[in-house]
Amino acid sequence: MRRRGWVLAIVTWLYVGWSLLPVLVAIQFSFNDGRSRSSWQGFSTRWYWGTSGSVAEDPGLRLALTNTVELALFTTLIATPLGVALALGLVRWRGRTSRAANGLMLLPLATPEIVMGSALFLVFTNLYTLIPLGRTAQLLGHVTFSVSYVVVIVRARLASVGEEYETAARDLGASPVQALRTVLLPLLTPAIVAGALIVFASSMDDFVISAFLSSDASSVTVPIRLYSSVRNAPTPALNALATVLLLGSAIALVLAWLVLRRRRGSVGSGDALREMASIDM
Amino acid sequence: MTALDQRPDLAPAATDQRRRRARGLGGALWPLLATPGTLWLLAFFVLPFYAIAAVAFGYRDPIFGSTVPEWDPRYWSFDVFLDVLNRSLFGDLRAVFLRTLVFVVVALALCMLAGYPVAYYLARFAGRRRGLLLALILAPWWINYLTRMLAWLSLLQDDGYVNKVLMAFNIVRAPVSWLSGNPYTVVLALVYGYVPFFIVPLFATLDRIDERLLDASHDLGSGRVGTFLRVTLPLSAPGLATATVVTALPMFGDYYTNTLVSGSPTTSMIGNEIELYLLGGSRKDVGASLVLLLSALLMAMMAYYLISSLRSDRPAS
Repeated sequence: MRRRGWVLAIVTWLYVGWSLLPVLVAIQFSFNDGRSRSSWQGFSTRWYWGTSGSVAEDPGLRLALTNTVELALFTTLIATPLGVALALGLVRWRGRTSRAANGLMLLPLATPEIVMGSALFLVFTNLYTLIPLGRTAQLLGHVTFSVSYVVVIVRARLASVGEEYETAARDLGASPVQALRTVLLPLLTPAIVAGALIVFASSMDDFVISAFLSSDASSVTVPIRLYSSVRNAPTPALNALATVLLLGSAIALVLAWLVLRRRRGSVGSGDALREMASIDM
Repeated sequence: MTALDQRPDLAPAATDQRRRRARGLGGALWPLLATPGTLWLLAFFVLPFYAIAAVAFGYRDPIFGSTVPEWDPRYWSFDVFLDVLNRSLFGDLRAVFLRTLVFVVVALALCMLAGYPVAYYLARFAGRRRGLLLALILAPWWINYLTRMLAWLSLLQDDGYVNKVLMAFNIVRAPVSWLSGNPYTVVLALVYGYVPFFIVPLFATLDRIDERLLDASHDLGSGRVGTFLRVTLPLSAPGLATATVVTALPMFGDYYTNTLVSGSPTTSMIGNEIELYLLGGSRKDVGASLVLLLSALLMAMMAYYLISSLRSDRPAS
């Protein structure tokens, strides 16, 4: 038993190294003091700020960064309330229509991005022609794939809260809206915050939907920029851009994990991680 | 803890009361809350799917040669779709479909080979390091996919670290050209990209296996290999199935991995053809038909998975 555990441990750690080392090397080269992305010439932050081609100075890179953050922010602001309301409705309202809506909500989670991207691209270019391709179309697309994340997270929390608290509030004379506002929503806050943070991170990381719905240079996001500049003489500024993106989603997801973990109290941190793993498809 | 929790006999009565009240304002509140989200999904998820069909079954403008969608199903024309189907089964697109299938199947097999030991170790032996390892294994989920590919692109350059190491150990004499239409690179890149998505569902299943079953198997005289083959492996089959579906769905629709690490038509997959026809050219109807074909293929796979997982659930319950 112990010997097999030992062999598996080596395999596992090799795997972890293989999966993370290349990224660490890429991050390292964002601090390179030369133009090369493969030979080390000393430490410098010149690709982050200070020189003309850096993330902070290059207009193209800066635009990609602001586009990405704006898109993620507005996506979160729209998708979170939509998803919370939908989760509440789906869990507490029982009926045939509710079951159909539930199935509809789950579909985006099982749809490959390229199919969803093509569908959105075709509907915006052929039917919703009032909305041209670009940042608005990207926002609408991002909200569409984000709503289901919020629903799944909030619904899991709703199921564990049960109906007793609202029932008690109702018995004590609260109206349905009061019960919702003063009892249910405060109980759901951790799930709502975690859902919002996960939406923010997944919107920042999305490439396919953004790419299918982008129009020109004005709607370039960081992932699109990474994709398109790889093949034409990239500088370490590209690595710096990728590092900034990584930091952004890391912060959002660590916060989400902390929020999910805190409400679990004594239960181990592994569960919050696993819960996030089951959501973050 | 509320009083209701300690007195379970009260809970059903309260639920009854709630149900009676649900006919009033409370009953209307829930559908009302579900409405905006449902409408959003109808407008930006269901209708866009219909748009794929409308474009695939539309017609071509006789003057401009562009694709015009047909929204009324009574006037749908299936000529283009049938032509694409024909090309996919017998013509020039057949190679693309077959290549996609081979790439995905080989990548999935490699995912299983690499992912199973990792998930198994994490579920059974990781002990104190479990939280740390789980976090490290989950890390690629939130590191942008393109960043991860980009990282390999630098390593795989002709003068990159991979070739330097291979030449230092005399495994190859001249630098290997990894990034110009090398199918092995594409498959390995797919494995690298998607194996984290394979490990997690598998880990969740392995983690739930009751250790007493393994002890029982040992007590009844099975060796380690026997226990693994006759107890652990069959019990992890649902997890393997879930992991396979979760990884296969995005792999079948992947086009960016291929563009980044190869960029050559000799390795192009269905996703690349879809991107080419939809975003690149004027034949949107061909692109839309390909999306329909791909969706049908994936839906058949999902249906098979759902039916077989329902069937395997039944004896247990």
